[in-house]
Amino acid sequence: MNECQVTVIPDGPALVRGADRIRDDDGVAHEVDRPVVAVCLCGLTQRPPWCDATHKVATT
Amino acid sequence: MELPEPRGALSSDLIRALRDEDVVLTPPEPDDAEDLHLSLWTLYELHYRGFDEVDDAREWDPELLAIRARLEAQFEADLRAACSEIVELAAEQESVPDQLMAITAYDSGVSLPRFLQREANADQYLEFLMQRSLYHLKESDPQSWAIPRLDGPAKVALVELLYDEFGAGRPERLHSRLFAEALEASGLDPSYGAYIDRVPGYTLAVNNAMSLFGLHRRLTGASMGHLAAFEMTSSLPSRRLLQGAERLELADPVGRYFDEHVEADAVHEHIAARSICGSLVKAAPHLRPDVLLGAAACVHLDAVAAEQMVDAWTHGRSALLPERGREVA
Repeated sequence: MNECQVTVIPDGPALVRGADRIRDDDGVAHEVDRPVVAVCLCGLTQRPPWCDATHKVATT
Repeated sequence: MELPEPRGALSSDLIRALRDEDVVLTPPEPDDAEDLHLSLWTLYELHYRGFDEVDDAREWDPELLAIRARLEAQFEADLRAACSEIVELAAEQESVPDQLMAITAYDSGVSLPRFLQREANADQYLEFLMQRSLYHLKESDPQSWAIPRLDGPAKVALVELLYDEFGAGRPERLHSRLFAEALEASGLDPSYGAYIDRVPGYTLAVNNAMSLFGLHRRLTGASMGHLAAFEMTSSLPSRRLLQGAERLELADPVGRYFDEHVEADAVHEHIAARSICGSLVKAAPHLRPDVLLGAAACVHLDAVAAEQMVDAWTHGRSALLPERGREVA
């Protein structure tokens, strides 16, 4: 089992290091294809589960 | 790459001296910003990929370095003066990421990504790609000068970010290669530096700032602050640029380039602001003003470039310099 590191950014996404797949609430697995991924926590992203910085529009 | 066409008295003398080592150089002052930035860009390029006609050893020619130092002093002084107001935006914040966020929230009133998303025609979009090609074909190269000058968490974070920029182990994912594919698919020349003679001084200044910060160890903080601001102002604009490319039905690799940057830079902005700049200032608190200066320089120079490009297009002009026949040496 790989060890993953999760860093939650205040008012932002969770940065995940070391994962091969991210499973969303519907049970769908999404392949990780970069060394660090940002997983959306605000629910506003247009490309779930990945953060697309939409939270910045929502807060400004 | 071939040497560029001169744009004034200084670049004219400089380029002649680069072609022929026996030319004695008594460099005049630059005529104007175009002359200064082309001269500086040309001198900096000796440290990246060089020119076909120039001996690689000239990278360390003391006469050329002396000219470079003079131009850099002028550019740095102008940049510091122009950035002081933007740096002030960070005054009320305490943490480095919050300060960087305050700086990158600067709004000049002109949005280049919004114009390209909604209003630009295809020719204007291609002009944008041509201008950006000077940087994107060596994307992240200027920031990599910082690696041997950092240590600890900031170094680890910078290399983590750059690894992704440089394809994360896959040459076909190199960001510079994705951009070259976008150029080629659009019928443009994907070779390095191909559009130097068409790119105005304000975009050369954007490139020169990255080289200035990158090549001087004393400005490593500014280089990292610039990187953070660049990444923090990339994800949302990249989405607009993607939508503009789709609206104009540009070749798929154009959209693909910006599509990659929506997600990549939503990650990179946090790595750059927190893990690079935050760690750097924690380890060396005296670097904080440099980090903020670099961020402000990124925001300021991008705003100037955006204003100039959008102004040209809304007045029905090209944002490029006119095509000229190459002079016979």
